[in-house]
Amino acid sequence: MNALTITKLTKKFAGTNALDDLSLEFEYGKITGLIGPNGSGKTTLINIISNFLRADSGAFTIHENTLCNTAKSKSPPTKFSRTFQNVRLFDQMTVLDNIVIVLNEKGFLKLLKNDYRIKKKATNILKRIGLQESANNLAAELSYGQRKLLEIGRVLASDSPLILLDEPFAGLFPHMIETLKKHINTLKRHGKTIILIEHNIRLVREVCDRITVLNCGKSIASDETNIALSQPDVLNAYLGN
Amino acid sequence: MEYLIHIAIILSIYSILSMGLNLILGYMGQLSLTHAAFFGIGAYTIAIGATRFHINFYLALLIGMVISGLLATVIGPLLGRFKRDYYALASLGTNVILFSIFLNWTNLTRGPLGIPGIDRPEIFGYIFRSNLSFLLLCLFFLYMTHTLLRKLLSTPFGLVIKAIREDEAVASSFGYKTKKIKTITFIISAIFSTIAGGLLASYITFIDPSTFDFNESIYFLAMVIIGGLADLRGSILGTTVLVVLPEALRFLGLPSDVAANLRQIFYGLALILMMMFHPQGFLGKYKM
Repeated sequence: MNALTITKLTKKFAGTNALDDLSLEFEYGKITGLIGPNGSGKTTLINIISNFLRADSGAFTIHENTLCNTAKSKSPPTKFSRTFQNVRLFDQMTVLDNIVIVLNEKGFLKLLKNDYRIKKKATNILKRIGLQESANNLAAELSYGQRKLLEIGRVLASDSPLILLDEPFAGLFPHMIETLKKHINTLKRHGKTIILIEHNIRLVREVCDRITVLNCGKSIASDETNIALSQPDVLNAYLGN
Repeated sequence: MEYLIHIAIILSIYSILSMGLNLILGYMGQLSLTHAAFFGIGAYTIAIGATRFHINFYLALLIGMVISGLLATVIGPLLGRFKRDYYALASLGTNVILFSIFLNWTNLTRGPLGIPGIDRPEIFGYIFRSNLSFLLLCLFFLYMTHTLLRKLLSTPFGLVIKAIREDEAVASSFGYKTKKIKTITFIISAIFSTIAGGLLASYITFIDPSTFDFNESIYFLAMVIIGGLADLRGSILGTTVLVVLPEALRFLGLPSDVAANLRQIFYGLALILMMMFHPQGFLGKYKM
């Protein structure tokens, strides 16, 4: 059973194929590493799935809902959560409010009522990621690693079945990497499907159940981590000769 | 004393407008230059309602609020398609169009001749004829505006409009209908400008289009920016600075046309200095 199925997705930037008729499958409850050289289409793929970008053609299916996120037809909101390569927090809002905003009920009339249980729930999430001391600080005042953690906090708050993580370990100290790995594994234990973009192959081996390797917008391998990483095509395209 | 009461009335009226403008400019981060037009709609509804149809002030104000609300429902989504500088330019264009209507629809507005003889409000047979009683009425509206906006901003809705200011795409990815929320915020903001316009028309008992042109929108913008973006008290402070300090020019004994030009220079200079040394305004929490 697949959590996410990509079917013939194509995206061009100024005539260059970022995604070239790409078809992929991501299994339920697994951590799948999405790797490949710079410009291979990893972030483009995540941006299309999460509705930050429109595809030129093709479709994808999340939990049996087929969506066509193309320029002509906008996909409906889906149950996913994501982090960004360059962290995108609400910098001029407090750390607590960055979590509360995810937990709020989204209907207009519900937005006019304060629900204090939401603040309590947000505080608990901050405790889980170790940021409770900074709850009332502006997000802009956090260190780089804390900002990455707060993004993970938003993922925890969303409780989405599909999670897209775009280079979550990039630029982190070893201690913070271990903390983040712990949170990602917890999400997996809770049955979440995780797609993780990562350049560090050692981390990919440690964290991912499977990997999909992209090169020039095409998939050149998709298998269990150790098997895929030993394929000659992957070694050539990604790791060099 | 009468002079101080006059200043307090002007201050109250413009504070209502600047708090409403702060909702969209400071809290939601959209640089609207169209609020002088909604201010004008309030003033013209009161003026036309009172002089042509002899409608009660409150009913006319309600009609003005409905007209502004409907107009904002149409304009809001159109402006919402633009971002940052483009939003400011498009909103400026809207102000220019509505100003042209005030100026050229002479059958309704009397164009540059303006509308004189606007009545003061009346409640249960009591007419707010003295400036002191009118000040109390303005303070009531000011208090209600502050209370309603503070209440609104303390709800999750207030949080979402700040999130839209920070990163609309991310806010939208959490499932918020950001376009709808932006339009609703624009409507609320426009309605407060309309209330202020209605009070001004009723106070000075004469209006003409020059009070609602593009320069006024810049003046309102300066009030919010100088006082403080995303802070309601800041709006009142900014209004106080821009209403009270130029009044000091009156005591220099300058000819009135020179004093008027000096006031414009003062607004511009105040904006430049604020952008250089304290871009979030005196009490603001957010830099543009």
